[in-house]
Parts: sequence; structure tokens; C-alpha cells
Amino acid sequence: MDAVLLQILNGLDKGSAYALIALGLTLIFGTLGVVNFAHGALFMIGAFCSVTLQRLLTLSVETIDETQKDFLGNPLKVKTPYVENWFGPEMGQAIIDWSVPLAILFAIPVMLLIGFIMERGLIKHFYKRPHADQILVTFGLAIVLQEVVKYFYGANPIPTPAPDVFRGSFDFAPLLGLDTSLAYPYWRLVYFGFSTVIIAAVFAFLQFTTFGMVVRAGMADRETVGLLGIDIDRRFTIMFGIAAAVAGLAGVMYAPINSPNYHMGMDFLVLSFVVVVVGGMGSLPGAVLAGFLLGILESLASMNEIKNIIYGIDQIIIYVVAIVILLVRPRGLMGRRGVMEE
Amino acid sequence: MSFTKLTRRGLIQTGAVAGAGLALPTYLRAENHTGFTNAPTGSTVTLGFNVPQTGPYAEEGLDELRAQELAVEHLNGEGDGGMMNTFSSKALKGNGILGKKVEYVTGDTQTKSDAARASAKAMIEKDGAVMINGGSSSGVAVAVQGLCQEAGVIFMAGLTHSNDTTGKDKKANGFRHFFNGYMSAAALAPVLKNAYGEDRRAYHLTADYTWGWTQQESIAAATEAMGWETVNNVLTPLASTDFSSYIAPVLNSGADVLVLNHYGGNMVNSLTNAVQFGLLDKEVNGKKFEIVVPLYSELMAAGAGSNVQGVIGSMNWNWQLQDEGSKAFVKSFGEKYGRPPSNSAHTCYVQTLLYADAVERAGTFNPCGVVEALEDFEFDGLGNGPVLYRGDDHQCFKDVLVMKGKENPTNEYDTLEIVEVTPRAQVEYAPDHPMFAGGELGKCNPGA
Repeated sequence: MDAVLLQILNGLDKGSAYALIALGLTLIFGTLGVVNFAHGALFMIGAFCSVTLQRLLTLSVETIDETQKDFLGNPLKVKTPYVENWFGPEMGQAIIDWSVPLAILFAIPVMLLIGFIMERGLIKHFYKRPHADQILVTFGLAIVLQEVVKYFYGANPIPTPAPDVFRGSFDFAPLLGLDTSLAYPYWRLVYFGFSTVIIAAVFAFLQFTTFGMVVRAGMADRETVGLLGIDIDRRFTIMFGIAAAVAGLAGVMYAPINSPNYHMGMDFLVLSFVVVVVGGMGSLPGAVLAGFLLGILESLASMNEIKNIIYGIDQIIIYVVAIVILLVRPRGLMGRRGVMEE
Repeated sequence: MSFTKLTRRGLIQTGAVAGAGLALPTYLRAENHTGFTNAPTGSTVTLGFNVPQTGPYAEEGLDELRAQELAVEHLNGEGDGGMMNTFSSKALKGNGILGKKVEYVTGDTQTKSDAARASAKAMIEKDGAVMINGGSSSGVAVAVQGLCQEAGVIFMAGLTHSNDTTGKDKKANGFRHFFNGYMSAAALAPVLKNAYGEDRRAYHLTADYTWGWTQQESIAAATEAMGWETVNNVLTPLASTDFSSYIAPVLNSGADVLVLNHYGGNMVNSLTNAVQFGLLDKEVNGKKFEIVVPLYSELMAAGAGSNVQGVIGSMNWNWQLQDEGSKAFVKSFGEKYGRPPSNSAHTCYVQTLLYADAVERAGTFNPCGVVEALEDFEFDGLGNGPVLYRGDDHQCFKDVLVMKGKENPTNEYDTLEIVEVTPRAQVEYAPDHPMFAGGELGKCNPGA
């Protein structure tokens, strides 16, 4: 029982990442009708916003320490971060320690800007082209973005730790009256909470603001909204930027979970598309529901008890579930009539 | 178009000429043909460096390439000579190999067996490479070794740690300087016993491919022999990025040691995940929980950051060694590239020198001559103490380093510290050891 609970917890944070990426994908597909294969790369760029801020905060002044030697036997160059010089060692260290949460502030404008540039510079030229063309061009863009990141940051994973205060894990067992351990890392719990807030914020934005109302109307009937004299294209461009920011924020907070590397976006991309299809193309609640559902199922399938019955099930469970759901409900869990059915 | 009328005399003349041609000894018919693949005919010889230049191990591949370029420089008499000055064999003169200037071509393995074979094939067939060196995966090494055997060129393996490379998949044209899973286990077991005691319960997470399987088999056998119990061994897909669902069950398994038979990105992520779950802060069975990483590399340790602190593993070589060979190599590499070399860089550099030296001693580039020169060759001065290239399986036998993640690193390269240099005698095994059984070395293939 505790093993199942632990895997459900696990699935929640995995599902959080899937849900956030799939939410952005669905926003773009629902508003602009574009199948964006560069969305995983946006997640990766978000993670590298954390890396970048960490590097900016650790920019250092070098002083020569004659008492210490480097690996060649030369006097050691000791690096002291500027923030430590400016704010004192303790405060400086604290700022560096909190670089990942601080990167949220850094990532929002960066990701919005990248989203706007992508949409205005490339994607808008493919609105009326077949989905296959959109997939090819956005996939190509993803590879370009990957290589650019690799050029500047190298191919090795870069450790980007969470603040020290979130080190370690929280044991749910005493709360639930269990004898065994039900420990779960603090940062993963933070990630789950953060994702929930972002998802809620996106839904609230679409549901309770005039801007959101127009966007929802445009998603339902773009032509009619246009005939009412509303510049729906401009709003959709903004939505592309917001979707990029959502993917980026998912990446920022994911950086301490797995050290960022340039191809991490590709690892999530295919799974996120499966999530979107299972949730129903164009359905925002469907994307979120499918994200958590598939995340939990994937975690449960990696339990030894299940793998011992069906070897390798953990690697294919998501696809098996996707096939079953699409056979039973071809539009996905919450898909709308008419979307990708013409 | 016209046809010459065939006469009896003409037929006899043609037949006589053709017969005489066929009857000539082989060497007379092949004036410009030296009887082996890509025999160098001009003033240069081409080596093929097959390393991961893209993909997850690209950083390691880049370091291998740096070392290979440095080796070529030294072979051609440029630079400070590096380990050529400390090498016990004095056959190399700094004038190339057999007086031919060394040139090189590179291929990208992408850490995929099929891509690695394709790039090695291109270097052999299009560029005329007479030897292939490098790589960072046992799957790749086994695949390229097989190709080189068929093509008739020498394969000097890079970073490959599976027992199978010089076990069931060994080939006469292939040579491995790097150590293997068995040696890691043999070196680690006594250190683990001293550090963590004899009464331990180990839980293994193992990468699901040739290296992971043989590494796990070796470390489980070695630790069980000293009294540890193996609680479970879970195979994890090579493509995994998040290991939390594999690590969560460890908490309630009754295990007090987690052995991560992972390398590269797998190792960085699984170790990071394990530390996030607070395993190193736990007490199980009245003992502090410990993590073991049987195969370490500097680049992986850098990727895992502070998570490696206190974690024990093993290495083939490390830049902190203080023998003359290591110091010369670190100086040479460090001055050129501004960083200390990794152990995969070291093995690729050494393999290039060893190949060149074998050619010089054999007096020929013919792979069969090189094989003969390398088999049972004993040498020193290349950073690992006295080394034997065993003829039975083409595996190098040398000291093994047991490493530990440094608690208080002073700089970005200071991530690991040497705990023990395990003597060669302790990691040796018989050629017919069951973990290496099943393959035949076969005969050298000169190709052509």
C-alpha cells in the first residue's frame, strides 16, 4: 500500500511536468492551430534560464592565492562572486542559493520574448500550411535551439541545485499512520505545488479576464470573433508567448530535479504530445487531466511487482493507455467535436 | 563495332599470356599492394578517431578528441612530447610512425552502435584509416570492434567497461586499455568492506544493456563474496531521465546500500534523484545508508555536483596521480587546453601511443604484425604503473583507482579524491573466468 502511495506521489510530480508542457501545447494548438514540436525546446530553454541566472549570480572576481596551487602547480586563482562582494558573504551566498526560484522572475520576460519572436518570425508563416509542414519546421527549430544551447553550455548536464532549505524529504507515513517510510523530496512537492498554481493561473486568466474570454471565443470560432472587429491574431500571438512562458517556468523549476542538458526537451516532447492526444486535441482540462493520469500510470508501471509480471511495461505503458483510450474515445478524454476531424 | 575473328593461334597466345599471369607469385602481381587493408603508401598514415561528437556523451567525446590530437602532435614531434618521454618503450622517435607523418580523421559515434559502425566504415573505406580509436560506450565498442575485425584494421577501444568487450565479444584485431566491470568490483569490494562492513543489504539499479548487466554481475558477486546480501536488482531503461520511480521502492526494501550501475547521464540523474530522496541522510538496519557508483568519470562527477560527496566508485586513471607519466600528460594536456584530462581522454591518448609503438616495434602497419607486438606486451610510464596487455584476451591489466566524491572541493575540477590504488594482482583473473566465457579471440585479420 505504501509503495502504491509513493508511486502516486511520484506520478504527481512527473504528471506536473507533462501537464504544464501539454497545457502550453494545447494553448498553441487551440488558438493558432499549430502543432508545435519546438515546445520541448522551450521547456529546455526554461531550465537553462535557471542555469544562466546561476552563472550570472556566480560571476566572480579572480584573485591569486600564492598559498594554493592549481592542477598545473601554478598559484590558484580564487574566485569570489561579485554578489558576495556587494552584499557580504552570507547574503551573497543566500542569493546564489536561491537562484532557481529567482530564475522564475528572470525567465518570464525571456520566455515571453522568445515566444513572440518565434511566433512573429517563423510560426505565423505556417498558419495556413498543412500540419505536416508545421511539424517539420517546428521540429527543425527545436534542433536549432538545442544546438545553440549546446554550443554555449556544452553537452554535459549542469548541476542546478534547489535552495538548501528544500534539501531532503518529507515523510508522509506519520501523517497517514503508516509504520513504514513514505518519504518524498521537498523540492518535488514544491514542483507539484508550483505546477498547480501555474495551471490554476492559466485557467483563471482564460476564465475570468476579458482577454481570456476573447481568446476562448476565438478558439471556438475565430472567424466570427474577427468579424466583430477584434484583432484576434494579436491576442493569439500573446497566447503563444504565454504558452512559451508556461513551458519555460516548468523547465525553470525542473532544473534541480534533473541537471539540465541540451536534449532534455526532446525527452519530454513525445510524451507530452501523447498527453495532448489522450486529453483531447485542443482541450485544456483534458491536457491537465491526461498529464497527471499518465504520469501516475507511468510511475505505477515501474513498480517491481508490476514489472515482474510484464517485463518492460514501464517503457510502453503510456502508449498502451493512449491506444486503449483512443480506441474507446477517438477524440481523447475531453476532446471537442470537429477538432482535427475534417 | 567489329569482332576479331578467333583463330586457334590467337586462342593459344591469349591463353598462354593469361595463364602466365595467373601463375605469377602473389607478391609479383601486387607490386603496390602490401597485403593488408589501407596499407600506407605515401609519406603519411591516417588514424581514425571515432568518438561521440553529438548526443549525451559529446562532452566526453570532445575530451577524447583533445587527447587524440595531442597524441598525434607528440607522435609527429611537436609539443613537449607528453608521455612519450616517460613511456618505458623507446621505439617512438617523434618522427611520426615508421617515418610517416601521422594524420587523422574523425567520426561521430553519436553513442549509437549503428552510427558508430557507419562512421568507422567511412573512415576505413573513404579516408583509408589504418586504425580506429575511441568511443564512450560498450555497445559501441563491441559493434565497432566487430567491424574492424571484418575490415582488417586494428581497433584500440576507448572508454568501454563491459566485461564482454574482452570477454564473449573479444576479437583478435581489438585491444582494450580501459579496465572492466570485474576489475572495478574486485577493487571496490575490500574498500566497501572496510568502509561499510560485511553485513550489508544492497539494492541495485542497473542500466539495461551489456555494460550494466556485466557491471552488476561483477559487483554483486564481489560484494556477496564478502558477506553482503543483494536485495534486488532492477533494470532501468537506458533512455530513462527521471529515476524517482525506481528509487522510491528502495526506501522500504530493507536495503542499506544503493548500487547505481549507471553511467553518463543515467548516473548523474539517478544519483541526483537518490540524494533528493534523502537516502544519504537515512539510517536503515541501524546503519547509515550508503550509495555506491562502481564506475566514475570526472565529467559525470561534475554533472552530479555536490551529490557525489562521500560516494565511493572506481576509475581507470585520474589526473591527481603523481607518477611521472601522469604528471607529464596532465602538464601537456593542461597547458594546451586549460583543464585537466579525464580518464577517457587518458585511455585514448595511451591507446594511440601504444598502437604507434607497436607498429614501430613490429616494423609494419600490417594488423597481424601489430597484434603480435601488442600481445603480452609489458610497459610502464603511461600513468598506470606496470601494465600487461594480455595476449589471451587483449585486455590490459593494471592498478585500479578507488575514488570518493570530495567533501570540500576547492575548484571545479576537484570533485573526486583517490581513496586507494588497488594493485594489479588484486584485480587479475584467469582468461577462462566464467564472467568472460563464451567468445573466441579468433585470428587476426589483415583484410585486403
